[in-house]
Amino acid sequence: MGMEIRAEGLTKTYGDVTALSGFTAVFPAGAVSCIMAPSGAGKTTLLRILMGLETPDSGSVSGLEGARLGAVFQEDRLCENLSAVSNIRLVRPSLGKAEIEEALAAVGLGAEALGRPVREFSGGMKRRVSLLRALLSDADVLLLDEPLKGLDAETKQVAARALRECGHGRTVILVTHDEAEAAAVGAVQIIQL
Amino acid sequence: MKNRSEKQKQIRLWAVLVWLAVWQVGSMALGQEVLLVSPVSVLVRLGELVRTAGFWSSVGFSLLRIGGGCFLAIVVGVALAALAGRFTRVRELVAPLMLVIKAIPVASFVILVLVWVPSRNLSVVISFLIVLPVIYTNVVGGIRAADPQILEMARVFRLPAGRTVRYIYVSQVLPFFRTALSVGLGLCWKAGVAAEVIGLPKGSIGMKLHEAKIYLETPDVFAWTVTIVVVSYAFEKALLRCVDAGVRHMEKM
Repeated sequence: MGMEIRAEGLTKTYGDVTALSGFTAVFPAGAVSCIMAPSGAGKTTLLRILMGLETPDSGSVSGLEGARLGAVFQEDRLCENLSAVSNIRLVRPSLGKAEIEEALAAVGLGAEALGRPVREFSGGMKRRVSLLRALLSDADVLLLDEPLKGLDAETKQVAARALRECGHGRTVILVTHDEAEAAAVGAVQIIQL
Repeated sequence: MKNRSEKQKQIRLWAVLVWLAVWQVGSMALGQEVLLVSPVSVLVRLGELVRTAGFWSSVGFSLLRIGGGCFLAIVVGVALAALAGRFTRVRELVAPLMLVIKAIPVASFVILVLVWVPSRNLSVVISFLIVLPVIYTNVVGGIRAADPQILEMARVFRLPAGRTVRYIYVSQVLPFFRTALSVGLGLCWKAGVAAEVIGLPKGSIGMKLHEAKIYLETPDVFAWTVTIVVVSYAFEKALLRCVDAGVRHMEKM
């Protein structure tokens, strides 16, 4: 079950550049929240703070203590020499091969893609594996940085459905530029940065 | 695959045959097998040698010791590199040691080592000292070059250390390790046999080479040299195959 996450007065600067200034929000437990903003507004910085990869200059985050995290990053960050199934099992070894293959097939990654290392995949295929890795992990909280980026309209719909289904009951924070995407994943709130 | 096809492009059979022909003609023109033996005589002598028990005993003697030293260097080099990749202080501590080992000439090592260990184990120490810095330097380089974005991913998903090493570090370090093995194995045979020629451990390839030299048996010198090249090549290929098979097994999920 997901948990409520509270961000209070988060500020982060890199030299003279302020990436995030006094950001405050509550992300309700077990629901999808979307963050929308133009490029360079600090969305990725916010996610990195929530992931524990950056420390804010000021402000605090609560609700993530002891939480298991799953993430889709700006980049796909897959182990290029491993297959799609192995990349997913890397974060959750207990998951059965058949179950993963079924999930991959549901987002259009059929049998012909299964035996190949992901380095041979197209950008869109890698993105889907990256998304499934997060969705099939045992995370309570999913932090997704433009997870549908680079997918065609039809694949976007399929991936959004998978996200809605697998994200159910978890706290999901999703960064996107696209309001239709926010609606497709069933966002309960949209926060403009 | 790319390397293999590049090698195939670089080494053509016709070019090898031309050089063998040049060698044969040169030898015939000189007419003195003591100075320049013909490839045919080398082949004939090699054929005679491989039918003797002494040949295989010498190959086994040197293979065991040079290979053993090399194997030891791989184990110690990888372990040290893993520590150095994790702890800066270890890296700082080991750096001058590796620099010294790399800078000291093999001949100096041989003489020093002969003071400390019996000559029959000389090639173990020499091949260890030659391979260690190559393995260490490359593996540390590989660890330090590991993709920070993938490591961040592992951190966010809270992958256990064992799984991070097995599935992330191993594949990232592997190209560096393979290069180090390829370089190190070639060097260890050259240095190991050179050490045997100086230290003259009884029953070694180096001893046989030395004997061939003092009795002016040039076909034997060439035949033993061909043997060293073949054994060294086979050793390298076998070890690299073992490494690849091991990595495939490790990455299997």
